[in-house]
Amino acid sequence: MNGVHDMGGMHGMGAIHYEKNEPVFHARWESRVFALFRLTRAWNKWNVDVSRRQIESIPAAQYLRMSYYERWFTALGELLVASGLITRAELVKGKRARGSPKATPPITAAQVASMPSAAALARREAPVAPRFQAGQQVRARNLHPVDHTRLPRYARGKLGAIHRDHGVWAFPDAIAHFLSDKPQHVYSVRFAARELWGETASPRDAVYLDLWDDYLEPA
Amino acid sequence: MDTTRRGFLAATSAAAGDHAQAADQHHDHDHQAVPSDPTLRVKALESLLVEKGLVDRAAMEALIDAYEHKIGPHNGARVVARAWVDPGYKQRLLADAPAAISELGLPKPSGLLAVENGPRLHNLVVCTLCSCYPSSFLGLPPVWYKSAAYRSRAVIDPRGVLREFGLELPEDVEVRVWDSTAELRYLVLPERPAGSEKLGEEALAALVTRDAMVGVAKAKPPQAGGGA
Repeated sequence: MNGVHDMGGMHGMGAIHYEKNEPVFHARWESRVFALFRLTRAWNKWNVDVSRRQIESIPAAQYLRMSYYERWFTALGELLVASGLITRAELVKGKRARGSPKATPPITAAQVASMPSAAALARREAPVAPRFQAGQQVRARNLHPVDHTRLPRYARGKLGAIHRDHGVWAFPDAIAHFLSDKPQHVYSVRFAARELWGETASPRDAVYLDLWDDYLEPA
Repeated sequence: MDTTRRGFLAATSAAAGDHAQAADQHHDHDHQAVPSDPTLRVKALESLLVEKGLVDRAAMEALIDAYEHKIGPHNGARVVARAWVDPGYKQRLLADAPAAISELGLPKPSGLLAVENGPRLHNLVVCTLCSCYPSSFLGLPPVWYKSAAYRSRAVIDPRGVLREFGLELPEDVEVRVWDSTAELRYLVLPERPAGSEKLGEEALAALVTRDAMVGVAKAKPPQAGGGA
């Protein structure tokens, strides 16, 4: 999706504001949203790409206006309703519907430390052959899917080289829709800064992206 | 879905009433235009989820406590300091960061890669698409890392971004930007600062900042190391 979340290379986003001795959370509600988001994921009703897709679908003007945890909060409400964990009426009223069953939380305080990471959940053991080898020249495909993808716009159509093979992972464009995992190799791909940004970029510099087989073609 | 979201926001805003945003006023940068009191809206959702048995409140407290008090840059600093004093450890860290990290008794992260700075090479980490960061190892990312300004500029103008952080790199230094587009996370192994030869591991760890491990700064020189 050519959404506003795909920010690499954009201008006009202002200066970087650095906060000294920044707290982990700036308000209590931020920590609550963080915890709710992490803990409801344990119901396995969605994966990290489903939740990213939900955040990316926030209309651009709102996305830019919202703070980070506001986006999370907005996406969480929609994920909970879409997954059937709560109803729209419950979300709007903030009250449990009469007669609705009471569940048992999947994660207790003692289990928090051993919750699996997004990486552990996305890794696949499937014996899929790599299409490319380290050192090989590749081109990022000129794709413009209308939905979730992890191929940033700024790299599309650009020439790069395989730096290393990260092994086999689930494919975000598929799992964002609960489709088959479409497991495939992910590679670190080196793009020269000048290939991406033209002659004003330093001839030495480079950007490395982690890209799936389906995003690449031989060059 | 847009209309339902607007309905959701409108409904929850109305339910939350028109309270002031006092809790947020101390950090208004990058937290633009919070539409209505989020405290009450979040509280309503939390109560609902706890009441339905979907989330355990004690688990919430444990998770928040872990990220506020246990997980943080100090873990990364220990790993960097060990790599500085032990070349064998450094090799293992660069070859298999999760295994090397768990060697020190720290929780084993998954999908983490260490990239090493040198006299002619500087690494910088960003996530242009969202906010990917080695959170289970370094703690949650700072607001600037998640900001539109950093995400948009780090890939197209890394040297300009570094200059804003007070780091001017010579032309002959190669800058590598790592855009975390998959589930791999990156740890920058900064250069050991000059003049730190006599320091022990603990004093060295005090020189290693979060910013140095993201690549927007170098490790602190020993005299600026505070109690080191």
